[in-house]
Amino acid sequence: MRAALLIQRWYRQYVARLEMRRRCTWNIFQSIEYSGEQDQIKLYNFFGFLMDHFTPASSERNLISHIFRESEVFQDAEWEPYFCYKSIDVPDMYTGPHLTFPLTVNIITELVEAFKHKQHLHARYVLQLLGETWRLLRILPNINEVSTFHSKEITICGDLHGQLEDLLLVFYKNGLPSVETPYVFNGDFVDRGKDSIEILLILFAFQLVYPNDVHLNRGNHEDHIVNLRYGFTKEVLGKYRVHGKKILKLLQKIFSWLPLATVIDQKVLILHGGISDTTDLKLIAKLERNRYVSALRPPKRPQALSSSDGNARFSGGDWDQYSLVGRRRVRSLTHSNPASSRRELQRRSLQNYSTRTGHNVEEELRERRRWAGLSASCERIHDLPSSDSDPDSGEVLETDAEEWKQIVDMLWSDPMSQDGCIPNEVRGGGCYWGPDITEDVLNRHNLRLLIRSHECKQDGYEFCHNRRVLTIFSASNYYEVGSNRGAYIRLGPDLNPHVVQYQASRSTRELTLRQSVGRTERSALRALREQVFAHKSDLTSAYEEFDPEHTGVISMKHWAVATETVLQLGLPWRVLREQLVGDSTQDGIINYNDWFRELALMDPNTELAHTGLLETMYRHHSNLETIFRIIDTDHSGLISFEEFRQTWKLLSSHLKMEISDKAISDLALSIDFNKDGSIDINEFMEAFRLVDCSHAQILISMNGGTSPDPPQPSSPS
Amino acid sequence: MAEERALAGVSEVQKKIRSAFDVFDHEQNQTVDVREIGTIIRSLGRFPTEAELHDVIAEIEEEEPAGFIRFEKFLPTMSRILMENKLRPVPEDLLLQAFEVLDQQKKGHLDPEELSRYLTQEGDPFSQEEMEEMLSAALDPEKNLIFYRDFVSMMTADEPW
Repeated sequence: MRAALLIQRWYRQYVARLEMRRRCTWNIFQSIEYSGEQDQIKLYNFFGFLMDHFTPASSERNLISHIFRESEVFQDAEWEPYFCYKSIDVPDMYTGPHLTFPLTVNIITELVEAFKHKQHLHARYVLQLLGETWRLLRILPNINEVSTFHSKEITICGDLHGQLEDLLLVFYKNGLPSVETPYVFNGDFVDRGKDSIEILLILFAFQLVYPNDVHLNRGNHEDHIVNLRYGFTKEVLGKYRVHGKKILKLLQKIFSWLPLATVIDQKVLILHGGISDTTDLKLIAKLERNRYVSALRPPKRPQALSSSDGNARFSGGDWDQYSLVGRRRVRSLTHSNPASSRRELQRRSLQNYSTRTGHNVEEELRERRRWAGLSASCERIHDLPSSDSDPDSGEVLETDAEEWKQIVDMLWSDPMSQDGCIPNEVRGGGCYWGPDITEDVLNRHNLRLLIRSHECKQDGYEFCHNRRVLTIFSASNYYEVGSNRGAYIRLGPDLNPHVVQYQASRSTRELTLRQSVGRTERSALRALREQVFAHKSDLTSAYEEFDPEHTGVISMKHWAVATETVLQLGLPWRVLREQLVGDSTQDGIINYNDWFRELALMDPNTELAHTGLLETMYRHHSNLETIFRIIDTDHSGLISFEEFRQTWKLLSSHLKMEISDKAISDLALSIDFNKDGSIDINEFMEAFRLVDCSHAQILISMNGGTSPDPPQPSSPS
Repeated sequence: MAEERALAGVSEVQKKIRSAFDVFDHEQNQTVDVREIGTIIRSLGRFPTEAELHDVIAEIEEEEPAGFIRFEKFLPTMSRILMENKLRPVPEDLLLQAFEVLDQQKKGHLDPEELSRYLTQEGDPFSQEEMEEMLSAALDPEKNLIFYRDFVSMMTADEPW
């Protein structure tokens, strides 16, 4: 009896220690992930701010406009030929799956099989499938209403994030979608995982065959701006080198047309992120959801003319395309403007403005005139300011702002345990809502349960708010092999959710608890070391405040305080210290210089090493990648020196860094490996990978050579 | 001097408790779910039995048990436990002996079924899930036996953070 007690006590203690480590690891990943999202939004807000406030003389203005210029808004009649699949031939040597329309279950089953065998669907079929999907989505309401009549059980899946293995596992366990097996997929189908496009194609195909039994909700990652950062854009361009851009463009439309929520039996609300104190389903049901191409940027209407200065405040222009998308009523040109003004417009505004867009500008101006109540004769187009330096270059109408907030809240919010509703600073969008808000919103709408996704959970699901909110997450091993299970929900007419869990990869299931914790932990620590390295200068300054004599050592207590002040990740540094700092610590004292030296060895002769440019670049490398992808509007993978230089200047002024033009030019020259005057984005990004400690070198190919050591993957983005 | 050292010692202890607590304080509002208390106490190097754990929880719970524990109640109790060295660690050699007692024929290994039966019925019984987890770590899959000496080494090798 005593023996049993001893063994049990010891074993429980052992498990608790592992659990502590696992929880720490989890917190690391989550905090880095969320701060990445926050970063993304901040970056985007920064560019948006620049758009609104750009200064007249800067060539930066052109760059920004160029960056944000959405290509022409297509009228319905016009986009069809652009996205037409018919001109694309499928070569005889293509061995992948073939699609014929209308789709049948057999065809889809073959498609799924093909994807299992790592085949890709030909671009022609992709475009055809997407075209059909778009046609269907347009006629769906913002909120799908579904019922469990005929004793059907509905299956609800959460985030999949490009992890095809998980989707296949769900189909295996639960059955393919069909009339008897209806599904709701709750957003975030893409990004991070490597098979996002395959997941989309499968889901869209099933929806086409079973439009009443397969329902898709939009997630915050069904957003082309988010996709630039988190991998979907890259994936599509990699798999579809010729037609990738078209596919992405069409997907932009499709994402904006995805319904925002599903309601089952008028009692269970399913949406991706969550709610807020102002959530109003009636409002949501009525808005024009396709106007919100990206939830990160509200649509703007151009500002009404003011009679005082007769200025039509023409903003950076292309933001307004968003507002035009919804009101796509083709107007004939009843008012002819002096040709000179039109030319002038075109000259002042953005590069490569086509005449089609010119017409939209006409419409826009007419609209403004109407609103301002001015007659056409008062319009003085050539009074458009040569500098677009107006602070309010486009207003967000009140109704638009309200609608936009509804959408952002739905797609980005997270629950919290305290009452109330506060902005979600961690993610940078949406809010944190409490149990009282849940009660209020559910009661107001006569609902019983809220099912949402958006947050990774160790067990694949989690109840909160007195079991009135259920989070469901279907991407297992999300952070790392063994990090978490996935789950889905079965809901019958009694509307009691029944959760089913799983974990992809047989080898994962066989890992012992200890091995799986160890693996995830190593991965998290690597990511964390990178964050530390990227903030070396700031950290050093912070440590030196506690070490005024610059002895190079500080106490553990001070180390923890300083590190949190700089990194702001909210992590338990004292608990992490041993794993993170390792050899440089002894008796509660940390030698931080030794520590940094362990993390990276740098060539002391590079000018860049001295300017901290390298460190800054590394810190912002995922931002950099996003920025580059934004600049590279033709998705060619190449940007010019000038574009590169301008980007750097922008970023450095944003970061309040001093970088000499010469340093930037030198850097640009050094990365032009093949000396052809343009910079390959991929090669550039490869140059900034933090290699593991044992070799500990920052790769920078000053001579155009490659590093001696193979680069390792960097942060988990 | 001794007093200073003692005070410093107290403050170190409190820092440790704070750190461990923070890991589970998801909302950063000085509360943790009561179900995590066992993990926290154990991660601080203590070895409570289930009964002892219940006693601790009863002492620090809210008057109206609300499912969470507040740090301000946890800290004094946990400090006392650490300072007075309560819920003492089980010495490793005793752990080995506990296994040896079950291995009367001194074979060096145990049968998984027997061990499962024993640990899920005696003492503070393991749940089915706990038992399966332990077996997955302890069992030699080829021979379907538990070589407990290795298992003990593994369990006692990990340093707590």
